Amino acid sequence: MSATTQSRTAPDRRTTSKTARLLGDRRLPVLVTAALFLVMYIAGLSRYQNYGFAEPQVFMNLFIDNSYLLVAAVGATFVILSGGIDLSVGSVIGFTTMFTAWLVERQGMPILLVIPLALAVGAVGGFLMGYVIQNFEIQPFIVTLAGLFLFRGLCLVISKESISITDSSVSSMAQAQVSLGAGFLSVGAIVALVVLAAAFYVLHYTRFGRRVYAIGGNEQSAMLMGLPQGGTKIAVYTVSGFCSALAGLLFTLYIQSGDPLHATGMELDAIAAVVIGGTLLTGGSGYVLGTVFGVLVLGLIKSIIQFEGTLSSWWTKIATGVLLCAFILIQRAMTARKKT
Amino acid sequence: MAEPRPVLEMTGIVKEFPGVRALSGVDFRLFPGEIHALLGENGAGKSTLIKVLTGVHSLDGGTITLDGQSVRFASPLQAQQAGISTVYQEVNLCPNLSVAENIFIGREPTRAGRIQWKQLRRKAAELVDRLGLDIDVTAPLSSYPLAVQQLVAIVRSVGTGDSVAEGSGTKVLILDEPTSSLDRDEVLELFALMRRLKEQGVAILFVSHFLDQIYEVCDRMTVLRNGTLVGEHMVSDLDQVGLVQLMIGKALDQLEELHDHQLHSGVGEPLLQADGLGRTGGIAPFDLEIKKGEVIGLAGLLGSGRTELARLLFGADQPDSGKVTIGGKQVSMSAPNDAIAAGVAFCSENRKTEGLVPDLTVRENIILALQAARGWTRPIPVSQRDELVAKYIKALDIRPANPEARVGQLSGGNQQKVLLARWLITQPKLLILDEPTRGIDIGAKAEIQKLVVSLSEDGMSVLYIAAELEEVLRLSHTIGVLRDRRLVAQIANGPEITTSRILETIASGEHQ
Repeated sequence: MSATTQSRTAPDRRTTSKTARLLGDRRLPVLVTAALFLVMYIAGLSRYQNYGFAEPQVFMNLFIDNSYLLVAAVGATFVILSGGIDLSVGSVIGFTTMFTAWLVERQGMPILLVIPLALAVGAVGGFLMGYVIQNFEIQPFIVTLAGLFLFRGLCLVISKESISITDSSVSSMAQAQVSLGAGFLSVGAIVALVVLAAAFYVLHYTRFGRRVYAIGGNEQSAMLMGLPQGGTKIAVYTVSGFCSALAGLLFTLYIQSGDPLHATGMELDAIAAVVIGGTLLTGGSGYVLGTVFGVLVLGLIKSIIQFEGTLSSWWTKIATGVLLCAFILIQRAMTARKKT
Repeated sequence: MAEPRPVLEMTGIVKEFPGVRALSGVDFRLFPGEIHALLGENGAGKSTLIKVLTGVHSLDGGTITLDGQSVRFASPLQAQQAGISTVYQEVNLCPNLSVAENIFIGREPTRAGRIQWKQLRRKAAELVDRLGLDIDVTAPLSSYPLAVQQLVAIVRSVGTGDSVAEGSGTKVLILDEPTSSLDRDEVLELFALMRRLKEQGVAILFVSHFLDQIYEVCDRMTVLRNGTLVGEHMVSDLDQVGLVQLMIGKALDQLEELHDHQLHSGVGEPLLQADGLGRTGGIAPFDLEIKKGEVIGLAGLLGSGRTELARLLFGADQPDSGKVTIGGKQVSMSAPNDAIAAGVAFCSENRKTEGLVPDLTVRENIILALQAARGWTRPIPVSQRDELVAKYIKALDIRPANPEARVGQLSGGNQQKVLLARWLITQPKLLILDEPTRGIDIGAKAEIQKLVVSLSEDGMSVLYIAAELEEVLRLSHTIGVLRDRRLVAQIANGPEITTSRILETIASGEHQ
């Protein structure tokens, strides 16, 4: 009996050429993004060698300057892997900056108390959106779009003007440096890296993480296999809400102010980073490691444009657009191949 | 032989849906180590019985006893935990995960919450091995053909046994139409797995429309009709004719009629001519001539290019070589619209995804193609439309005969008839039927086959694709044999042509 299986499956494996197998490998998009990052970095090295691009700190700054984006994108990775989308990310970040600045500056609350409060607000917001998506079977696009408007509106309820933070404990936290041999990292960058490691562990070594992949692969099947698909979905949006709030705190540290217009549209940067990192928008396939490279690529584009000096910052947008387009096409080619 | 105690006993099962009594007092027993067929026409209550058993539907009356204990399940998960697993026709697994993960997801071995990947892979490999399958458990599920995926689904459903700490082990395995999309080799492999599980004492409930398969693999069968129990028999005690009579509750007039049916000889002048038509990756270039009033049957294994050939003739795929002439005029075939304009109609094999719109009514579904042919700016007058719809509902005996019923709620056979009606209403010259009888019951099958015969008698040409050779043989004037995406032979049907001759041609790829 096993002979028949062998006769059918074995040739399958043998006849598939090396390239075809490589194309089918789920890790390929991550490798492509990593290679792209490397190529861009080397190009930067050779072009701006004399302007200090080779300094290790330039590389470290990628993490420092994009710590909040990295955290937000990690949250978005969970959502997208599960086959959903979260458009409220930018607004939750903006709201968290306002909320934090207002509590610290206007209410005189110590920052160590504000942090857990802000995180709880983000997580609860995410939980509620997940609850609505799951229990009323509404598309995540619409629900999180409502969340986007809601949180942006709440920013303005707190204050119409920006609140700058002068609290000394906040600024000392923001300026703290963790030296790492040739360079240093900020507190924000360290937090982002910890979040990243935690996300990697959760996605690959816990049942919850595997359920996220299963739901993204086929939600109906996941349910019929007896997996608690509803709870997983709600949890995914809670994770995203939590990450958004955490990103908001990092953003507050980075910029040291709250503003109703902070981080407008950052959800789109996060989604772009996830997609460039090789995660399928339809869910079920991708790696949080890819997201890191996605964020690094976006960050590197910004740095290169700064080094160039003559280019306007909107070139970042154009480059992001081109990259997104290219990566969506790669994804398309990969999924098309799988179907046949 | 002293009768052992049944592992599962259902008595006096009653299930009511608004307005319908789906099951009225059905008894059903299942013994350990047997393969038990559940039979009946569509709508006889097979699926309902299974759904009541597995906790998808609640029970309105009767008792279920599992291992001597009265049980009542509120969800499939509960049933699964009690040892009743179900594998459906559609593979309900996650294609993006590895085989091993699909087998174990939801009950992965963990230590302090951390999934033990090595242990998981090893256990999966052991399980697959013990069931005599040769599958690389680390490969993603999507890298395997559907048949293997189905086997994996079965491995998952029985994998709760001693190989995992949790779970009490599968006592009852329900296979709901697992074979409908498998080819012969794959079916054999499935049967081997079923027999191996049977030896291990698992009770298997098997639902299939293929009577031959029932006789090949089952020990005992229970027949349902209109929600009532007709009888429980040992397979060896009842022959196929007797079984079919039990199932449809009347003598086999319809079927006999078909068996004795002589192919009509009124085949006219050529209608469609394909010269060197082909598509890379689809089907090798072929020549085919279809005459007026002729039925051409396509025989070949699943994936041999039957559907690909049909899709080329309908313009659903673009050929990269050759040309098509219909009624003496060359047709470009760059899109289905060209084919429809030339009088070609195509009933797809995936009636759910590529044909019907389940949320529209029977009337709207039937009218769709005709309206498309007329153009959207010229609506069909209401009276004419209702008349046409009524005519075809009657002619094809679509049940319920209610033009306002939603198509999604009809049974498979009736959905197929709605799809047929849609195309017949446009009065095509050539009707392409791709697996029109798949997954529908024997009564509806006979009706559809009769319809094909009468259509061809009226001068319509039919290209008929079916997995069952008998069906092809019974209906076709000419049989096109496909093998490895190549049209290898065209055989004129006659008394000397038998299914084994066709099988030989499929196997050898040549016709003597």
